Amino acid sequence: MALLQISEPGESTAPHQHRLAAGIDLGTTNSLVASVRSGLAETLADELGEHLLPSVVRYRAEGEPQVGREALSAATRDPLNTIASVKRLMGRGVEDVKGLGAHLPYEFVPGTSAMPLLHTAAGAVSPVEVSAEILKNLKRRAENALGGELRGVVITVPAYFDDAQRQATKDAGRLAGLHVLRLLNEPTAAAVAYGLDQGSEGVTAIYDLGGGTFDISILRLNKGVFEVMSTAGDTALGGDDFDRSVALWIMQQAGIPDDAGHAQMRRLMQVARSAKEALTDASSVEVKVERNDGSHWSGDLTRATFDELCGPLVQKTQGPCRRALRDAGIRAGDVKAVVLVGGSTRVPLVRRRVAEFFDREPLADIDPDKVVAIGAAIQADILAGNKPEDEMLLLDVIPLSLGLETMGGLAEKIIPRNTTIPTARAQEFTTFKDGQTAMSLHVVQGDRELVSDCRSLAKFELHDIPPMTAGAARIRVTFQVDADGLLSVTAEEQVRGVKSSIEVKPSYGLSDSEIEHMLKDSIAHAQEDMEARRLREQQVEADRVLEALQAALADDGDKILTGQERVVIDTAARQLGAARDGSDPQAIKRAIEAVEAASSDYVARRMNTSIREAMAGHRVDEFKST
Amino acid sequence: MAVDLSSTYFDLFALPQSFQLDLELLDSRYRELQSTVHPDRFVNATDQERRLSMQLATRVNEGYRTLKDPLKRGRYLLELDGYSFDDEQHTTSDSAFLMEQMELREALAEVRAADDPYSRLAGIMDRIAADFDGLTGELQERLGSADKGGTRAAADTLMKMQFFRRLNEEAQELEAALEDELD
Repeated sequence: MALLQISEPGESTAPHQHRLAAGIDLGTTNSLVASVRSGLAETLADELGEHLLPSVVRYRAEGEPQVGREALSAATRDPLNTIASVKRLMGRGVEDVKGLGAHLPYEFVPGTSAMPLLHTAAGAVSPVEVSAEILKNLKRRAENALGGELRGVVITVPAYFDDAQRQATKDAGRLAGLHVLRLLNEPTAAAVAYGLDQGSEGVTAIYDLGGGTFDISILRLNKGVFEVMSTAGDTALGGDDFDRSVALWIMQQAGIPDDAGHAQMRRLMQVARSAKEALTDASSVEVKVERNDGSHWSGDLTRATFDELCGPLVQKTQGPCRRALRDAGIRAGDVKAVVLVGGSTRVPLVRRRVAEFFDREPLADIDPDKVVAIGAAIQADILAGNKPEDEMLLLDVIPLSLGLETMGGLAEKIIPRNTTIPTARAQEFTTFKDGQTAMSLHVVQGDRELVSDCRSLAKFELHDIPPMTAGAARIRVTFQVDADGLLSVTAEEQVRGVKSSIEVKPSYGLSDSEIEHMLKDSIAHAQEDMEARRLREQQVEADRVLEALQAALADDGDKILTGQERVVIDTAARQLGAARDGSDPQAIKRAIEAVEAASSDYVARRMNTSIREAMAGHRVDEFKST
Repeated sequence: MAVDLSSTYFDLFALPQSFQLDLELLDSRYRELQSTVHPDRFVNATDQERRLSMQLATRVNEGYRTLKDPLKRGRYLLELDGYSFDDEQHTTSDSAFLMEQMELREALAEVRAADDPYSRLAGIMDRIAADFDGLTGELQERLGSADKGGTRAAADTLMKMQFFRRLNEEAQELEAALEDELD
C-alpha cells in the first residue's frame, strides 16, 4: 500500500514552509495519530514502535495519569481508577450512563452540570478530561516524531455522534492544548484515505463496524469533492457483541452457569475474542476454559458455528444500510465501491455479507484499524494550508434531525437528518398567553416523534419578549450548524424587532468558563505560567491574522482597494505587528480587533468578488463552447 | 458592508431563472461555489472571514437544496414572482385528484395484510412517482404562462405535488418499518 510507505531517514521539510498537522482517530478501544510526511500519510508510532494507543487512562493519587498500554495492564489490578472506553461516556448524561451501568465498573459522582464525573484516586474527573489525557499523549507522540509544535489537528468522530458528543470531543481537544481544525466523520476520513489514493469517482459506501458501534455512510466523489449523501448506524452494535455471543456459547457448552460473576465473565470474553480473531484465518479453533471450581473444559469452535452465532448480529447492520441508501435516493446497485473500516470487518462472515448486500467485493487494502487516522491526516494537511493547490473538499451532513420540543412533548424537526452542513434554518414561534414575556425552548436531536425518545441538547430561556396578546408575538428561532456539525441557536422577537437575550446551557457539555477553569488547573499543575501562555496564544492568533491578511492583499489588494483604503489597513496591520512583538496579550487582542475592523469591508468585497469570478469563468467557457 | 445575500439562488449559481434546469450544470456549479466559499478554505483566515464563509456556504447549500428539488424550485419561482403562500388556503376542488389520494392512502393501509407486502408497496411507490412526475410536467407548463391565472394554476399544481411528496414519505416510512420487522 503506497500510503503506508515509510519516509527516508533524516528527511524533513523546512518548518516554516510545512505547517505541522496531524489526524487523530480517538477510538473507543484504541487511538491513533497520523501525519503527512513527504507527501505520504502514515500513522506515527510511540518509542516502542507501537501505532495503536489503547484508549485507557489510569489515575493515581500522586503524579501524572498513565495512558495506554501501561494503564491497560493495570486495569484488572486497579479497575476503579483505570478508565477504558471513555468514548462511550462522551456527551452523555447521568441518566444515559446508568443505562450503560451494567458494563461499567466505575464509580460515578454527580457534578455541577448534568455531566457524570468519575471518581478516581486523583479526584473526580469528567469524560472530557479523560479523553484529553489520551489526546495529550498523542500530541506528545506526534510532536516528538515530527520535531515541532503541531499547528492544528483533525479529530475524527463517528458519523452518528450527536451534537453533545461532538462538542465534548472538541472540548477535549481544547483541553489537551490542541488547535482543532475540524471534527471529521470517521467514514468520511476513510473515504478520503481511499479516494485520494485511487482517484475513484462515483458513489462509495463506507461500512464501519468497530468494537461497539456501526456506521454506514454513502458518499459521492466527483472532481475532488466528497459529498456525503447519507449516513446511518447503530450506536450499540459491534465486535464486542460477537464476543458476547461466543462467550455465551462457551458457557452453554462448558456448563458454566449464567451467574458466572464479573471476573469469570471478563476471562470468557477474552477467550471468545481470541477465538473470534483466530477464526479470521482458521476454519476451526480449540477453545479452553477453566470453570470456577478449577475443572477445565475444551472444545472446538468451527467457523460455521461462529457464523451461526453471529449471523443475526451481522444481519442487524443491514437495516441501517438500507436506510442510508433510501435517504441517499439510490439503490445498492448504484454503489461503485464499498470500503471496510473497523477491526470487526476482518470477520469473514461480515465481508461475505457486505459483498452479498452490495453485490461487489469490498475494499480493504488499507489496514481497517489505521484508515481513519490516515484520512484525517490527509485532511489536516490540507486544512493547515500545506497544499493550497489541492482541490479536495468535504461536504458532510448532520446525522440526526435537530428540532425543538413543542406542545405535548412532541419534537418538531427544524433541520432534517442528512442535511448538508453548514446549514441554517429558522422557524417562527408565538406566545400562548396574554402578556407572556418569557419562553423556554428545548433543543433536541433525533428522529423519533416523542421528545423523550430524542436526545436533549440544550434548554434555554428567552426573556424580554414585549408583552402582547397571545399569538401576537413572533419569535424567530434560528438553528445554525457549522462545518463541524456543531449547533448554535439564536432567537429574535420579530414584531418589535427586539433581539432577545438567550442563554444556551449545554445539557451534557462543558461551559466555556468550565473549560477555562480546567485549563487553568491543568496549567497550574504543569507549573506553566498562565500569563505566558495567554501571550503565546495571542501571538499565534496575531500571526494567523497577519498571515491571512498579507496573503489576501498580495492577491488582490491593489485590485479591490483604493489607495486611501489600503493605507488604513496597512496602518492597522503595522500596529498589530508592533503589538505582537510586545508582551501585553491585551494589547495584541485590541490590535487584532482593530485590524479586523479596518479590513471588514475589504474582506466582504473580496468574498463577493471571488464568487463572481468563480461563476463568471463559467459563463465565458460556455460562451466559447457554443 | 456584508456579503451579498440578496441575489437570487439562480443568480448565485449563474443559471437562468427558469423552472427548466440543467441539473448536471447545477451540480457542477454547486461544487465550484463550495470550493470557493466553504469554511474548510478559511481555516487559517480571520474570524470575520470564517463567519462570512459559513454564511455563504450555508446559503449555497440552501440554494442547491432549493433548486435541485422540482417542488422547492417551483415554489421558489412563484415566491420570486411575488406570490405569497402565507395567505393561501391550500385546498382543491379537483375531485379526480382527491379520489386518487384516497385510493392511494387506502392501498398503503392495506399493504401489511398483502401476501407480498414488498411488491405491493413497490407498486404503490411507482404510481406515486409517476403521478409526481406528471405533475412536474404540468408545473413546468403552468409556470411558463406569465399571466395571473397561470400563477394561480401553478400554485395549485404545487399543492398537489406536496400531497404526493407526503404520501411518498409515508410509503418510505412503511418500507423502513417492514424492513426493520424483517431483521
